[in-house]
Amino acid sequence: MERDTLHRLLRDMLLSRAFEERAAEEYGKGNIAGFLHLYPGEEAVGAGVINAAGPADYVVSAYREHAHALVRGTPARNVMAELFGRADGMSGGMGGSMHMFDATRRFMGGYAIVGESCPIAVGIAYVVAMRRGAEAVICFFGDGAVNQGTFHESLNMAALWRLPLLFVCENNHYAIGTEIHRHSAVVEVYKRAAAYNVPAERVDGMDVLAVHEATRRALERIRSGGGPQFIEAETYRYRGHSMADPGTYRPAVEVKAYEACDPIVAAIREVEYRYPTQAELAAVGPDNIARLTAHMVEAGHAAESEVEEIRKEVNAVVEDAVQFALQSPQPDMGTAWAHLNCNRRHEVLV
Amino acid sequence: MTPELLYWQALNRAMDIEMAADEAVFTLGEDVGLYGGSYRVTEGLYAKYGEWRVRDTPISENGFTGLGVGAALLGTRPVVEIMTINFMLLALDSIINAAAKIPFMSGGQFKMPLVVRVPGGVARQLGAQHAQRLEHTLMNVPGLRIAVPSTPQDAYWQLRQAIASDEPIILLEHELLYFSKGPVDLLADPPPMHRAVRRREGQDLTIVSYSRHALLSQEAAAELAGEGIEAEVIDLRSLKPIDWDTCANSLDKTHRLLVVEEDCRFAGAGAEIASTLAERCFYSLDAPVRRLAGLDIPTPYNGKLERATIPQVPDIVAAARALCRPETGAKAA
Repeated sequence: MERDTLHRLLRDMLLSRAFEERAAEEYGKGNIAGFLHLYPGEEAVGAGVINAAGPADYVVSAYREHAHALVRGTPARNVMAELFGRADGMSGGMGGSMHMFDATRRFMGGYAIVGESCPIAVGIAYVVAMRRGAEAVICFFGDGAVNQGTFHESLNMAALWRLPLLFVCENNHYAIGTEIHRHSAVVEVYKRAAAYNVPAERVDGMDVLAVHEATRRALERIRSGGGPQFIEAETYRYRGHSMADPGTYRPAVEVKAYEACDPIVAAIREVEYRYPTQAELAAVGPDNIARLTAHMVEAGHAAESEVEEIRKEVNAVVEDAVQFALQSPQPDMGTAWAHLNCNRRHEVLV
Repeated sequence: MTPELLYWQALNRAMDIEMAADEAVFTLGEDVGLYGGSYRVTEGLYAKYGEWRVRDTPISENGFTGLGVGAALLGTRPVVEIMTINFMLLALDSIINAAAKIPFMSGGQFKMPLVVRVPGGVARQLGAQHAQRLEHTLMNVPGLRIAVPSTPQDAYWQLRQAIASDEPIILLEHELLYFSKGPVDLLADPPPMHRAVRRREGQDLTIVSYSRHALLSQEAAAELAGEGIEAEVIDLRSLKPIDWDTCANSLDKTHRLLVVEEDCRFAGAGAEIASTLAERCFYSLDAPVRRLAGLDIPTPYNGKLERATIPQVPDIVAAARALCRPETGAKAA
């Protein structure tokens, strides 16, 4: 892989991590309220997938989407200002953590009804196909969404009409507090796509290079007329479901295993689910970011000092974003009404 | 001579004209294509515009309505047909959580030029799951507009206006009206989409209604005239927004209000109409506002009972009589 791509992936992951950790801090200070679903642990998925897409492609996301917007290129300032509910937020302070939109970057929104991103992505892909466009649509959702009717309805329609749509399941193994073995009869999510003749593969979502490569290949198949594709990225969130959730339902040993990732993960992925043992934990490896940096250093793509430089740089970006958000004005009710009526033309209604 | 068209034909003409004029207009739904539409509204369009613009969908109401939402985000003008309003309950996530919210919660970045056409109301002995009126559910959602055409002319005008609008609009079509006939001037300038219309002039009371019951109210008004009661009949044509001025102006003259609806009475559309007009026109009213509505009961299959659950012409006559001549002891049915 090219050096530039590797650096971009690393920077995006570090930025995502730093941004989210800071968001948690600001939540504690009371600058951010409501539901806040954080991404640490899952960075390799967003960075790997979105970096493999082109600027004309569309991205539809769910409610754990701050990092998706960041990777897509929305300035951290506007993402943070949205979390703060300010006028300069990417949705003008009307959307919040779960409803981030950036029309100019074809970031088509974060949706907070589980499974809702799927039919919306189908609609976008339908129009691309109707216009015979070359763009692809990327649809993110979690493992909790695959038991919604919309998921199945969408796979069926996408396959039926061969729409240019890439389904990306960020499988972090938990539907809030319910582990996948307790919510799904079939825990290998990618296998469900076979019911609709949609080519699917499972990738290690802790390995950004694997995610990037799988996405690149899937998009290639889509652009050559292969119809919808499906990627299941197995990943893990280090934190609870949201700031309101301490995540205590998960055994500490499991969290630790995922933070340390390989090779313990292999044990967790067995169909017959069991928690990793302490002995298995002893053989801990590096986490998703550490894995990439180790790879880059070993292969001579980056020196340790360069990685430190990137860390400093993204920390500065996040600090600047927070200062920007703090300065940004509060939106007023007049603006709220204007947003509600943004699609009203000058037509006389009554 | 203005040609006469059936209600479904008027809708069909509107679709055809809009689709011919703008490639961004397309329609989708169950059996809208090859089959021609359950009420024939999309008849002939599949052959003319092809499968991408007249799309037969699987039975996935939430899925294909969500498809319409996504398509509207890209600036196309999808017209989603949901076979009956009863099935729309499955699509409320796409309509209420998505279509009505996206323009707002994106901070004004996206318009939502989506039209959802839904046949509904009580038809003939279709049973409780196929005989509902759900306008109250939709009326309570900020960000939606709702049109309720009662005549072929309005069906033609309002569908064209809905397609031209950049806002999400629900067109509630009444299943018993598809084969009603009326003059349709294809070239005349339409009134604003949500303006109410006075169907009949009178000075003794105002009957406010919409959709099929606006027609029944006119029949009742004709009977009442025989008794010397002159009812003014206002057809709202729209349930969101509601043209309050037209109603209030009429009440300034008649001082009595009867609201007639097919919807169930409790928290139905009529409750909003009656309360708002009572607030606004309290000092011009000579009598308490009266509501005549469907009974709070699932629609029975039995034909006689079915009719008993929704206001009929004699019920409207009786209610109007009781409102105008309480001294005679006249009682509403």
